[in-house]
Amino acid sequence: MMLEARGVAKSFGTLEVLKGVDLRVGQGDVVAILGPSGSGKTTLLRCLNFLERANEGRLTFDGEDFDLAHMGKKDILRLRRKTAFVFQNYNLFLNKTALENVTEGLVTARKMNKPDAVAKAERALERVGLLDRKDHYPSQLSGGQQQRAAIARALAADPEIIYFDEPTSALDPELIGEVLAVMRKLAEEGMTMLVVTHEMNFARNVSTKVVFMEDGAVVEEGPAKEFFEQPKEERVKAFLRSIEHKEAGV
Amino acid sequence: MNERLLGILVDSFPKILIPGLTRTIPLTAIAFSLAMVIAVAVALAQFANVKVLRQFCRFYIWVIRGTPLLVQLFVVFYGLPRVGVVIEPFAAAILVFSINEGAYAAEIVRAALESVPAGQLEAGYCVGMSYLQVIRRIVLPQALRTAFPSLANSLIAMLKDTSLVSVVTVTEMMMATKQINAIYYEPLALYLETAFIYLMFCTVLTRLQSWGERKLSAYERRGAAA
Repeated sequence: MMLEARGVAKSFGTLEVLKGVDLRVGQGDVVAILGPSGSGKTTLLRCLNFLERANEGRLTFDGEDFDLAHMGKKDILRLRRKTAFVFQNYNLFLNKTALENVTEGLVTARKMNKPDAVAKAERALERVGLLDRKDHYPSQLSGGQQQRAAIARALAADPEIIYFDEPTSALDPELIGEVLAVMRKLAEEGMTMLVVTHEMNFARNVSTKVVFMEDGAVVEEGPAKEFFEQPKEERVKAFLRSIEHKEAGV
Repeated sequence: MNERLLGILVDSFPKILIPGLTRTIPLTAIAFSLAMVIAVAVALAQFANVKVLRQFCRFYIWVIRGTPLLVQLFVVFYGLPRVGVVIEPFAAAILVFSINEGAYAAEIVRAALESVPAGQLEAGYCVGMSYLQVIRRIVLPQALRTAFPSLANSLIAMLKDTSLVSVVTVTEMMMATKQINAIYYEPLALYLETAFIYLMFCTVLTRLQSWGERKLSAYERRGAAA
């Protein structure tokens, strides 16, 4: 396993958002986390990258074991430099061009020299089809372009895993396709991805494994094909039915 | 306008302008620069949310904003010598103006820091940057852009407020005008002349502000580089 989380718990005040979640992601896996709003999917992802501090839980990453609740700053920084995060709202650095968004982490955090960082960033932008927009500021890019730039920023760090937090949820419908296409390409190239999403087609056709969460707990998990064709849990069946209805426009 | 008055105005113009260039402008430039250093430090100390530091900053801002600038000048220039602290007038003026302006500007910078979306910090962390790197590279540049018009406004206000230091014996433009007026007694013409010079200085600053805003707003203009 490349990543194994055990017993991840998180409360906001008296609200228990995660009730001891276990999660396993293998090298090259594309794991989709599904579930209704408020089920704790995003919080789980944020806890794994310390954007939220878990109250309890252990994380094994690359053979190293960490205590999610009591991890020191140095370990957090070290772990973050092995991972990348793609946000729902892109969160590109507003004061930097697409290219600078990608080079920033390489130069500032990883101390790469500027020419190497630029070359690397250009390759990453090329992979997401955005090289011709490299000198544009985020305000001059469409939502889909911003998200692709954000994916390039993630890629350039050579992460061992990329976390995606509802990467298409803020996009206009006609822009979702271009982002999903990039993600599909990454998956085919063997990138390890953990994706919180509402895109059923992505989960069904691209992910290798699906984790279904509800009320802060994992209800069902399994290979994507099995999950969609023979769901075991009643709640998962109900969820899939409601999605089908929505997609059919009923 | 009679010839005598015209002669006085022409004669007095350089006598008012030169103290403006040698006193008013340097005082404004030095004090405002120091104020910016204070403001950014005080704003960041509060933004970082370290309790003791925060309380100290709040106390500083409370005291300075709650007392008149003129009173602060008097305390430092006339008051402190009573306890053996004698500060030369120009230095005293710089001290008071930088501390005073620092408190106001700190609030402007703090508000601007808080207006930077949390996602900007999170994105910085996620590319592996430390807190200080995120502040220096991402948050502060965006905050200063937001704060720029307000800070420029403060600078213009401060340039005019330096006329107050005439009461602590600094020979800046106001003091120079008073001295000339004491000889000729033409208060209307002479003070209007001084007002005109202040107006010229402020016009230059206003132009600089517009230029600066244009420079800084590159990343906010939609489609500009398309």
